Amino acid sequence: MLSIKNLHAGLEDKEILTGINLEIKPGEVHAIMGPNGSGKSTLSSVISGNETYKVNKGEITLNGENILDLSPDERAHKGVFLSFQYPIEIPGVTTTNFIKTAINQKRKAQGLGDLPAKDMLKMIREKAAMLEMDRTFLSRSLNEGFSGGEKKRNEIFQMAMLEPKLAILDETDSGLDIDALKIVANGVNKLKTKDNATIIITHYQRLLDYIVPDFVHVLYNGKIIKSGGKELAHELEEKGYDWLK
Amino acid sequence: MKLKDKLLASFMAFENKGDIDLDSNVHKIRTEAIETFEKLGFPTKKDEEWKYTSLKTILKNDYSVFPKIGKTVELKYVKEYFLHEIDSYKIVFVDGAYNSFLSDTTHEEADVCLLSAALKKPKYKMIIDHYFDNITSKKDGFSSLNTAFSVEGAFINIPKNTILEKPIQILYFSTGSEKEILLQPRNLVIVGENSHVQIYERHQSLDNNAILTNCVLEIFAHKRAIIDYYKVQNDKENASIIDNTYVQQRQNSIVSINTFTFGGKLTRNNIEVFHEGEHITSNLNGITIIEGKQHVDNHTVINHKYENCESNELYKGIYDDSATGVFNGKVIVDQKAQKTNAFQQNDNILVGDKASINAKPQLEIFADDVKCSHGCTIGQLDEKALFYLQSRGIPKKEAKALMLFAFGNDVVEKIKIPALKSRVTKLISEKLNVELGFEI
Repeated sequence: MLSIKNLHAGLEDKEILTGINLEIKPGEVHAIMGPNGSGKSTLSSVISGNETYKVNKGEITLNGENILDLSPDERAHKGVFLSFQYPIEIPGVTTTNFIKTAINQKRKAQGLGDLPAKDMLKMIREKAAMLEMDRTFLSRSLNEGFSGGEKKRNEIFQMAMLEPKLAILDETDSGLDIDALKIVANGVNKLKTKDNATIIITHYQRLLDYIVPDFVHVLYNGKIIKSGGKELAHELEEKGYDWLK
Repeated sequence: MKLKDKLLASFMAFENKGDIDLDSNVHKIRTEAIETFEKLGFPTKKDEEWKYTSLKTILKNDYSVFPKIGKTVELKYVKEYFLHEIDSYKIVFVDGAYNSFLSDTTHEEADVCLLSAALKKPKYKMIIDHYFDNITSKKDGFSSLNTAFSVEGAFINIPKNTILEKPIQILYFSTGSEKEILLQPRNLVIVGENSHVQIYERHQSLDNNAILTNCVLEIFAHKRAIIDYYKVQNDKENASIIDNTYVQQRQNSIVSINTFTFGGKLTRNNIEVFHEGEHITSNLNGITIIEGKQHVDNHTVINHKYENCESNELYKGIYDDSATGVFNGKVIVDQKAQKTNAFQQNDNILVGDKASINAKPQLEIFADDVKCSHGCTIGQLDEKALFYLQSRGIPKKEAKALMLFAFGNDVVEKIKIPALKSRVTKLISEKLNVELGFEI
């Protein structure tokens, strides 16, 4: 589904990713772990098309199609979703209106008309219930005044609504207490199908106890220096990263 | 002939038309006003208050001072400018003359009518003589000019203890019957003790001829009165307005003036508020969204003279292309005005590379036990937020619009007439050139 080959990318004057190779197949869950500054968030930004980062070399294809020339919204229409480490607050636009706009823009790109209001509402209710979200959040301005945990839950709610093919969860566990973590993880697990894939970017093993990865990759200095199964995450938790350097 | 000379020459003819007694107070005021105008003339950029707003391009026109009247307009052509979906009182003028067909006035629970007619009735003439031109600046050429030629406008007189359920709409249409027209409407609003009124005002040209509107509004709020005033300025590319608003507030009154400026060649809003009592609240809010070469200048002055009063100002501006803006907010806190709370915020986003804004907060505080603050921001759209929206599948153009919409939203939220709120929301989405796709 997602294929990254020899990816070199970074900021204008500084290369952060120095040759990433990664293959992800439908139905798989990949965890990317690594110390601070290893390039984890850069990787998620580059896959989703953040124009702050520049790709110097390499390719990223999604289902065989090169996505590097696509804008972030076009990538989203192809099924890429990024759950942000720090979701943005948008005062004056309710979560409901925001997600409606997002869904209808995606439908527009696919040549479909707006989703009928009744269907939209039903879907919103179901997904909010799945994530045990307080419905009042949906009528509040997007993320405004939300706690860290509420913001993360809102990210997964949006993911549930948009039904991406490739979801990237960037440090989704940070700021979550254990109950919220279980709910969010449970939500992600429910959204898993044999046709979609998930990348989990995290510092810690914690989230991986609830969303069990098929593969674990260690990112260090802009390169994947080790890959393995879920047991690699436990090893990292025990030994830290030093033994890999 | 220069516009100033033309106006001075026209004044005699105007006064001799005999619409009011020559021994009335209004006549005396007009005569003094033309003398003031003769002395002051039009402001120039040398004038500190007009430093960033050049009148050159609008004063060069050969305006017709007494527009031809008699042209009517059909409701279907102007319906969109009304808040037609709600029950309201309406005072409508076409080319400066009252249009009874489009209006819906009253003398029942309150007087909502026209100034010229009120002046002819002794009962109202006494009231008008008492209030008329009481608080206008005698140092401002435009206000003096308006006073000199004041003949028509809205007269709103709300007796005490009256809550007017229906909002009042004041609309000025100009049909473009002549190539270049100067209009000088004069509105007088008096709201009695414990009374409450909501007013919506709009000046609209119906074709592209050059229009200059020099408008004066005087508002008198008595004790505990509540006034919500809304101005929507979304005029055509050759229409300019100098809008002068003067407000006098008595104790415990709350006056809110909300100005929405979305179009017009040159727009100057002068608002000056005078406090005459304690525990007064004054709210001045505005959104400006303009593009092309449009220019908007918001000048506010709040005179805090008594203790325990509050003023809140929130002005937001979005400037595209090479549009230019000015915000000048003066707050004067008198030595006696202890426990004053005065807050001012002016936020701007420059979308266009050549757009600019001159922002100047001016706080003159002579009391020591006060809370006063001002803030001013000028920025571009937040790239991180744009990326967030795009990553959800919202294209850049729509994402920008959504963010700009969100930026102005706290001012829109202050609109207390739901029909107007949805109208302004619609105007904003039109201005931002997107279908926001949702009802607010």
